[in-house]
Amino acid sequence: MAATEPAYEVELSCAVNGEPVHVRVDTRESLLDLLRERLGVTGPKKGCDHGQCGACTVHLDGRRVVSCLTPAVQVAGADVTTVEGLAGPDGELHPLQQAFIDHDALQCGYCTPGQIMSGLACLAEGHAGDDDQVREYMSGNLCRCGAYAGIVAAVRAVAEQQGR
Amino acid sequence: MRPFAYTTAATAAEAVDALAAAGPQARLLAGGTTLYDLMKLEIETPPAVVDVHRVADLAGFDTSGERELVFGAGARMADVAEDGRLRRDYPALTESLWRAASQQLRNMATLGGNLLQRTRCPYFRGGEPFACNKRSPGSGCAAQEGLDRSHALFGGSESCIAVYPGDWATALVAFDAEVDVLGPGGARSLPLARLHREPGETPQLEHTLEPGELITRIRVPVTPAGRGSAYLKIRDRESYAFALVSAAVALTLDGDGRVGDCRIAVGGVATRPWRVPAAEQALRGQPVTEASARAAGEAAFAGARPGRHNAFKIELGTRTVADAVHLAAGRAAG
Repeated sequence: MAATEPAYEVELSCAVNGEPVHVRVDTRESLLDLLRERLGVTGPKKGCDHGQCGACTVHLDGRRVVSCLTPAVQVAGADVTTVEGLAGPDGELHPLQQAFIDHDALQCGYCTPGQIMSGLACLAEGHAGDDDQVREYMSGNLCRCGAYAGIVAAVRAVAEQQGR
Repeated sequence: MRPFAYTTAATAAEAVDALAAAGPQARLLAGGTTLYDLMKLEIETPPAVVDVHRVADLAGFDTSGERELVFGAGARMADVAEDGRLRRDYPALTESLWRAASQQLRNMATLGGNLLQRTRCPYFRGGEPFACNKRSPGSGCAAQEGLDRSHALFGGSESCIAVYPGDWATALVAFDAEVDVLGPGGARSLPLARLHREPGETPQLEHTLEPGELITRIRVPVTPAGRGSAYLKIRDRESYAFALVSAAVALTLDGDGRVGDCRIAVGGVATRPWRVPAAEQALRGQPVTEASARAAGEAAFAGARPGRHNAFKIELGTRTVADAVHLAAGRAAG
């Protein structure tokens, strides 16, 4: 077996929020641009486009990543989950989405989809044990409105509901 | 971003072959958190990229060995940071991982890629019109007469004072880590301390790998000093920032509380991972006190060559080393 033939465009299949996707991507294209510009999945936001703000956070095979620094070619065969994939079939909000509303965890809302995807991962990783741990493991998500106190409260509230 | 030809390898041997076939300007892509970022800025413009992020034989790590800890170059920082043996017996190594970047980036970034993470010097990353000998050899160094708050106290030259930004390599160099590489000429090993170059007159040359070589493993000799270790990182904000100064300290205490084995390295202040033997010498054989820890810190920074805006790091670094010595000694005493 050998490495794949060098190419400037690659065809790939993946799943986005459970839906199968088959696309041809330019090797330069980021996962964030694929989602937003071609698939119409605009929950992930383009804040800095350099991995510094976290607004584009999605889950790749269950792990949180920044989609701006993920080349789209690397998601071949992977499961991608964005904030659009969280609500129930009847539109019922995920408990963490509801907790963000209940705890005033946003003002302008631009960072919120990334905060929520990061918060979910923080819970799943077991990194939501106390406020300090949440602050440390949510530090990759900036909020220029400064809603951090509400964000910590929302993540901790769900952690307590889940008995973590 | 410039167009580039993309190929993906499934084994380390395939990656080496693909890299040779892709030509001397080709680059390896693992987590992408440095390379893809710099390609967006057109600081890196490789015509071809060989993707190794799914190379299975690079992905594992094993911390259970009696002689050495073995880390695949493709293991993710986040996974290694959670390892139970490492957390208990080598806290400095886990701290150097989880205090770096964000959890998103640690889920992507690999241990091997992290070793060769490129500098955060704003004149390097800023591109034109800034002079930068590392990015554009012979163009000059804008940092020498510019804002040098984040630049090196150690290992700089008239050509370049850019800081090596990594935490993991700073901790590893204190533990005498070795690096295994695979290339067209076969496999070889080298001490991590010899992987990075000082800039000298050729700051564009950052490491000692031969063209076409791939880092496959990082090995750390087992040592009782691991348990008495700490990686203390001081930043402009509490989390998710590069080090202003960091200190990796690992030591053992003998029966009457005197320091036996002692290893100290500093980060955020040098052009490559920076071990400080004079600080180790100052502490060895001494009880850990306010005075001896302070003396180790002073020895570590005795040769510092500050610029215009970074002299504050001498006192900050001295205290960082001293605090890390106390942390490490507390752990060594158990």
